Amino acid sequence: MAREFLVPAIDEGVESVDLASLTVAVGDVVEAGAVVAEVETDKAAADIEIGFGGTVTKIHAAPGDSIKVGSVLLTLEESAAAETTPAAAAPAAPAEVAPAPAPAASAAPDSEVPVAKPVAVAAPARTAAVVAAPSSAESDDGTPAPAGPATRRLARQLGVDLHGVSGSAAGGRITQEDVKFYVKSVMERGGASGGGGGYTPPPLPDFSKWGETERVPMNKIGRSAAANLSMCWNVIPHVTQHDLVDITELEAARRRVAEIAKKTGAPKVTMTAIAMKAAAICLKEFPKFNSALDPQTNELVYRKYFHIGCAVDTPNGLLVPVIRDCDQKSISEIAAALTDVAGRARDGGVKLSEMQGSCFTITNLGGIGGTAFTPIVNYPEVGILGMSRGRTELKIVDGEIDERLMLPLSLSYDHRVVNGADAARFIVRLGQLLSEYFQLAVES
Amino acid sequence: MALSTDLVVIGAGPGGYPAAFHAADHGMDVTLVNEESAPGGVCLHRGCIPSKALLHVAKLLHEAQDAEQWGVTFAKPKIDLDKLRDFKNGVISGLTGGIGQLCKARGVKLVQARGEFIDSNTLRLKKPDGSADELKFKHAIVATGSTPVMPPFFDLGDDRVMDSTGALALADVPKKLLVVGGGYIGLEMGSVYSALGSEVTVVEMLAGLLPGADRDLVRPLATRLKEHFKAIHLKTKVASLKATSGGIVAELEGEDVESPQTFDRVLISIGRRPNSRGCGLENTAAQIDDKGFIKIDKNQRTADPNILAIGDVAGEPMLAHKATREAKVAVETLLGQPAEFDNIAIPAVVFTDPELAWCGLTESEAKAAGRNVTVVRFPWAASGRAQAISRTEGLTKLIIDPETERVLGVGIVGAGAGEMIAEGVIAVETAAVARDLADSIHAHPTLSETIMEAAEGFYGQATHSFRPKK
Repeated sequence: MAREFLVPAIDEGVESVDLASLTVAVGDVVEAGAVVAEVETDKAAADIEIGFGGTVTKIHAAPGDSIKVGSVLLTLEESAAAETTPAAAAPAAPAEVAPAPAPAASAAPDSEVPVAKPVAVAAPARTAAVVAAPSSAESDDGTPAPAGPATRRLARQLGVDLHGVSGSAAGGRITQEDVKFYVKSVMERGGASGGGGGYTPPPLPDFSKWGETERVPMNKIGRSAAANLSMCWNVIPHVTQHDLVDITELEAARRRVAEIAKKTGAPKVTMTAIAMKAAAICLKEFPKFNSALDPQTNELVYRKYFHIGCAVDTPNGLLVPVIRDCDQKSISEIAAALTDVAGRARDGGVKLSEMQGSCFTITNLGGIGGTAFTPIVNYPEVGILGMSRGRTELKIVDGEIDERLMLPLSLSYDHRVVNGADAARFIVRLGQLLSEYFQLAVES
Repeated sequence: MALSTDLVVIGAGPGGYPAAFHAADHGMDVTLVNEESAPGGVCLHRGCIPSKALLHVAKLLHEAQDAEQWGVTFAKPKIDLDKLRDFKNGVISGLTGGIGQLCKARGVKLVQARGEFIDSNTLRLKKPDGSADELKFKHAIVATGSTPVMPPFFDLGDDRVMDSTGALALADVPKKLLVVGGGYIGLEMGSVYSALGSEVTVVEMLAGLLPGADRDLVRPLATRLKEHFKAIHLKTKVASLKATSGGIVAELEGEDVESPQTFDRVLISIGRRPNSRGCGLENTAAQIDDKGFIKIDKNQRTADPNILAIGDVAGEPMLAHKATREAKVAVETLLGQPAEFDNIAIPAVVFTDPELAWCGLTESEAKAAGRNVTVVRFPWAASGRAQAISRTEGLTKLIIDPETERVLGVGIVGAGAGEMIAEGVIAVETAAVARDLADSIHAHPTLSETIMEAAEGFYGQATHSFRPKK
């Protein structure tokens, strides 16, 4: 009896997942509990286990496909009547008659959705926008794109996903001319609005011609971060606004508080926590920075909450846990929440839901060094604040030369949503809150 | 002495030698390692080529018989088995010799040895004289092919129980031959022996011959085979084989099957398995799936960055022409060209009489997938050429997407179907629509017109076939 295996729910709120790999092929006999696929959500990779056994007769998705939770992933035959190809002629011998695999979960109702186990956590949040996998010439239902081998080769060479190309010949057949025209039109559009523009880089040259090399596969977090960053970079026209903020007083005060905290056991207040508080205030004053652009409707979605993500460097890669309602939390509460979640992020103990829902992101590289950088906005957010290492500079204060501690800030923003003047106002206001720290206390 | 090469290709069959040639043509330093003294693989030595030489003779014998109805009567043919074997062996040695010359001309080093991986950069070469060398390589292409499946309980250690290799050796013409397995190998070899005078009995476990092919294409073949063969038993199993002095005694289990029966020879043709074990792949990062195939990606790369795999050892379908195409993809991958095995149509041809050939989507696959397709058929009874050669049992069919009119699959049964399917492959692979086939001029009078007329049928009526309007 044919039975369908549906894509299980991975986590709350996850409606679709990306199929990373399939561990079964048509004709394979699987047992209940076997891992049949690996999927990736926005941030987590998960193994999909099947709740019943049988022979796989049809696979409804290919690696790289985005598949909906609850859609059919596999069709299994619960007896062993798999089709044989002409090359493997039918066995006529008794011992070749494989017994039907035990349908281990045959008593389970079909509606029972097995639960997958997340095995890793990955990369900043993203929405359904997916970077195309251009070399694949097959669509979701397995139909190859209507193009001949020469056209398909040209498409691979130019990194074009044929499913994005409309064919000019009978039956929608795609010609080589169509592919060239497509590339030309994408280039004229600047390739910015299409979410990757359908390009893939050409294959690598043979590096061994010039010296020794080693190939190391990227881990899942790395792969999904790479795909997400490409998408963000291609979709969002970035501008980065830099500024230097005088934090001499703030840093001195912070140190005093930290000394007291050491004795009382209160959470250590970090510059990141302070910046998150200041950012929450600025987001309230400049609501566009707290909005998202809906590409389908061209509407701005203004968020009435102020959740801020904080980039954390972990041994497995970059993670962005989110601190909720920074506008309602004191700096001390933000610091406590941050210490807790960042620690767990490094140990791999952060839940997927704790990395979702941010409105704005802060990334602080000051602990490492650097004078400035241009962070990439984390779609669908519209702004990200980069912090570099504070440095002492000589500054004229009231006619006197004074040594001041200056913090370099780098604010990248989506120029479709935010214009340059507003970005400058945002960073100046942020600077004010940090240099006049009493204001920060008053405002919060 | 440490030998070294840019590329080593293991196996000189229809995957291996084209890979070696293609790489050498692009300036690579290539070593082709082959266990047998002459290159060519199963295809040339024990498969495609010798079976076709014998099937050619079988066809001639049948046609001479059929000629009686056309007023030409030949004397009963006299078969000189030694001479026939020589003819077949001559074909093989001519072709394998040619490959050897092409190796020389291209500067491909042909080494007779069994290759075993020591690690991802080193191959042990076990020579026939017992000595061994080590060969350092940058890249390797594994093309070790496949072997007929011979279950242990059939393997009596008696040469009267044969696999396809034994059958092609043509030791004698058995009076009674049992063919186990109704796939293409069993039917082709059964046809050869039947034409040479054997009484052939076929047993097949499933309900039909040639699983995978559409039933309407198998039907005309089954009808003709029933005339030539003594019996075809479907849904029948061989429970046991026993060697006796009077022959091989087979116990058969099935409806209305006399059992036991005694045969002079038995051909076991129940499939082939990939040669992925015993070549040291476990010493590399390459992975093997549970059916024994080396796991590859669309560029023929295995999990080991230095090693690629092509042909039967790299997955179904186990067909020579698939291996040859994969050879090109593998080499172009190494050259950094935008190659990918993205072929839509891999033709399957059964060289029986009539021949059966198909490519792309079959009607049964479309049905199983619940896919909406239009199937148009053109019966050969309406073809002038088919009438002229008295082979009207043929059928040409197209599987078409009703929305885009794209040709998704082509199936043909009839004399010469194996040659005709080439047009179907081009149509499916290049995403032709039915109008492309219908409006292209096909030479008259040829059987290829049946493809054109089938396509015409999609738009209403074919010139030579009228379907009353409903």
